[in-house]
Amino acid sequence: MGRIVIDPVTRIEGHLKIEAIVDGGVVKEARSTGNLFRGIELILRGRDPRDAQIITQRICGVCPQSHGIAAALCLDSAFGIADKIPDNARIMRNLIHGAHVVQDHILHFYHLAALDYVDITDVANYEGKDSALNSIKDFISRGELGPFLPRYEGDYRLPAEINQQAVAHYVKALEIRRIGHEMVSIFSGKIPHSVGVVPGGVTSTPTVDNIMSFLWKLRTLQDFINNVYIPDVLAIAGAYLDYAEIGVGCQNLLSYGAYDLEGRDADLTQRQRLFKQGTVSADLKPNELDLNKIAEDVRHSWYQDSSSGRHPADGETKPDYDKQGAYSWTKSPRYDGKVHEVGPLARVAVTYAFGDPMMRKLVDSSLAQLKAPASVLFSVLGRHLARALSAKFIADAMEKWLLELKPGEPTFVEYTIPEESRGVGITDAARGALGHWIEIKEKKIANYQCVVPTTWNISPKDDKGNPGPVEQALINTKVKDESNPFELMRIVRSFDPCLACSIHLITPKGRDLAQFRIV
Amino acid sequence: MVKEIPLVWLAASGCTGCSISLLNSASPRIKNILIDPIVPGMHINLRFHQTIMAGAGEQAIKVLEDTVAEKKDNYVLAVDGAIPTATDAIYCAMGERNGNPVSMKDRFVELARDALAILAVGTCAAFGGISAAAPNPTGCQPVKKVLEAKGISKPLINIPGCPPHPDWFVGTVASILLNGLPKAEDLDDNLRPLAFYGKLIHENCPRRAYFDEGKFAKKPGDEGCLYELGCKGPITYADCPLRRWNNGTNWVIGAGAPCNGCTQPEFPDLVAPFYEKLVDVELPTIGAYWTAGKEAK
Repeated sequence: MGRIVIDPVTRIEGHLKIEAIVDGGVVKEARSTGNLFRGIELILRGRDPRDAQIITQRICGVCPQSHGIAAALCLDSAFGIADKIPDNARIMRNLIHGAHVVQDHILHFYHLAALDYVDITDVANYEGKDSALNSIKDFISRGELGPFLPRYEGDYRLPAEINQQAVAHYVKALEIRRIGHEMVSIFSGKIPHSVGVVPGGVTSTPTVDNIMSFLWKLRTLQDFINNVYIPDVLAIAGAYLDYAEIGVGCQNLLSYGAYDLEGRDADLTQRQRLFKQGTVSADLKPNELDLNKIAEDVRHSWYQDSSSGRHPADGETKPDYDKQGAYSWTKSPRYDGKVHEVGPLARVAVTYAFGDPMMRKLVDSSLAQLKAPASVLFSVLGRHLARALSAKFIADAMEKWLLELKPGEPTFVEYTIPEESRGVGITDAARGALGHWIEIKEKKIANYQCVVPTTWNISPKDDKGNPGPVEQALINTKVKDESNPFELMRIVRSFDPCLACSIHLITPKGRDLAQFRIV
Repeated sequence: MVKEIPLVWLAASGCTGCSISLLNSASPRIKNILIDPIVPGMHINLRFHQTIMAGAGEQAIKVLEDTVAEKKDNYVLAVDGAIPTATDAIYCAMGERNGNPVSMKDRFVELARDALAILAVGTCAAFGGISAAAPNPTGCQPVKKVLEAKGISKPLINIPGCPPHPDWFVGTVASILLNGLPKAEDLDDNLRPLAFYGKLIHENCPRRAYFDEGKFAKKPGDEGCLYELGCKGPITYADCPLRRWNNGTNWVIGAGAPCNGCTQPEFPDLVAPFYEKLVDVELPTIGAYWTAGKEAK
């Protein structure tokens, strides 16, 4: 038995430690630990409810816009105006959120994940005229290769020319994702931590000028997604086809849906959305979303068992540091009592399963190119492919929405903050299902709970003993070289974890992992 | 011959937003910052940054330890996020030593002792920011306080903002490379470079004329000064109105939203509620509206 500890896990958002118990080169047990606690939900208590939109964005600087959207939906609902948001505002929120998520997907693939597959050192032998590659060649020849070396070695498979091209795309993608943020800024002022999305609508107004500016930046992104991003994912998939069977995970997928296509239904689970709300399993048969089926287990988390199985809106957090069998400060959200993965794969698969014609076409044509059945979606490669298709699906929809904006018409509806109220806001962030729940008393925040995508994905075992999605994806993985566990990093990164979001509570004893040190 | 300037970037208790903002740098682009000589003859050798570095785990930690050993007094330390200090500083940790986790506070202190200079990037690192907001559950402290408590007197520059504009970071670094460490008169009382934080938002705001005339927006989307919607521009030092954000695309007030004062030591507790009018603040009052005694317009 050997114990592999990877701390810090890099090229993700935040502070994550992964531990794996390996026997005979195969992962027998896997645990993930968040290494930063900030207590944003505690900080929110007692504040003006409107400030939640500003403060919850600061939970995560990688996906702030998704928190801003979830908070605005949550506050709309608590203020009783969820069905009164003007169409202009609904569409501008979609554009702001969509631009952010598309750039986030590009950032993830090229800047967080790609270095696991692409060997930058091949650029040392580049002989062409591309100025970006030649500057990287100079950089390599100077001999100080941080932050690109050191790295886990032993499994870089792409031919030199493909590596060189992929490195050029890494550089290009830096620019493309920056343009994605410029799109957010057009309607929302700045990003990270934008200001345009507020309860009641948005603060900015559409004009022909800003619509055109957004449109042509969008076209740049679409060109990149169609002609670079998706082909690169397929090219890497071709060289690493074994990863279509690695990191399979729990095969239950949950999507809250995202991007409202109408705003008249106050119940967000019933609203028409671009990505559909629901669940699917390996058979890809869709099920409707029912938020009442969410419960958070704590048997393997450091909380008193009496608080297990509660809905997040009524969640309790009663720490119990010495609890036998507990090993995480993350609770275990479960849907209908089962382990569920969230993320681009989930929202793509749910939308596909509900028969959306555009999504059918996208997924089927990609699978045809890979000559692979739909079952390969449940894998490391499947997650990367779904993320790329999610980017295309959103980008193509944004083009239509832009032309639905009506300059001169309202973007904001007035409201009064109620004395007492409750609200819920759900959306799919870049990394998956994101829910905010608020309770207002005396016009102030009495309680605020965020159940975020990475909490679903890195959750520990539930009360029935079923490991969380990332844990399931790691278990039974073959590790070729325990000092270069690139397999584990590829699996973890395929989920695109965001730790700042997922860690709500941790305490001193959380540091004590001695009970697992069965080296 | 290109001189390599080693830079180590630690992420403490924050949200990674400062790093994402740096990725948005437009001139120079982030590729130029990482790969090319940022000023002629000098290249920033970013040895450690956990969001973008290829390596992980022990090999990444070794980079930190090697930097202290090999580049003593020659590397720049950038920190984003505040430093949690409560309960033996356990709320943020990175890597293990002898099987035990090492707190971010200890990592920071080890790196700070032998750094050439320290850049506190973002409002959490500079002043505590959101991470230290009441009730400050993790005892977060700004970089300056932790240095003082440990008796470390290294040159410190605060580059606040939630997040900071990428130019503020890049410009500060370029200034050090070209002209050396800033002199006292280059920084304000809060150790912010005056080049970027020398004027109030209010002084350069394109809606200033509305303020002087007493024409105030009553709800988002209205024309007028955003003062009554909670704008903190009158007390916030930054050049956002001139520089604008995201490659000059827009800025907060340009999107019809009030400034929330994010470059200030008062952020967030003393500038919240964000959508309530400033109270008990002495405002610069010029224009007919103010001299006539603020009759309703």
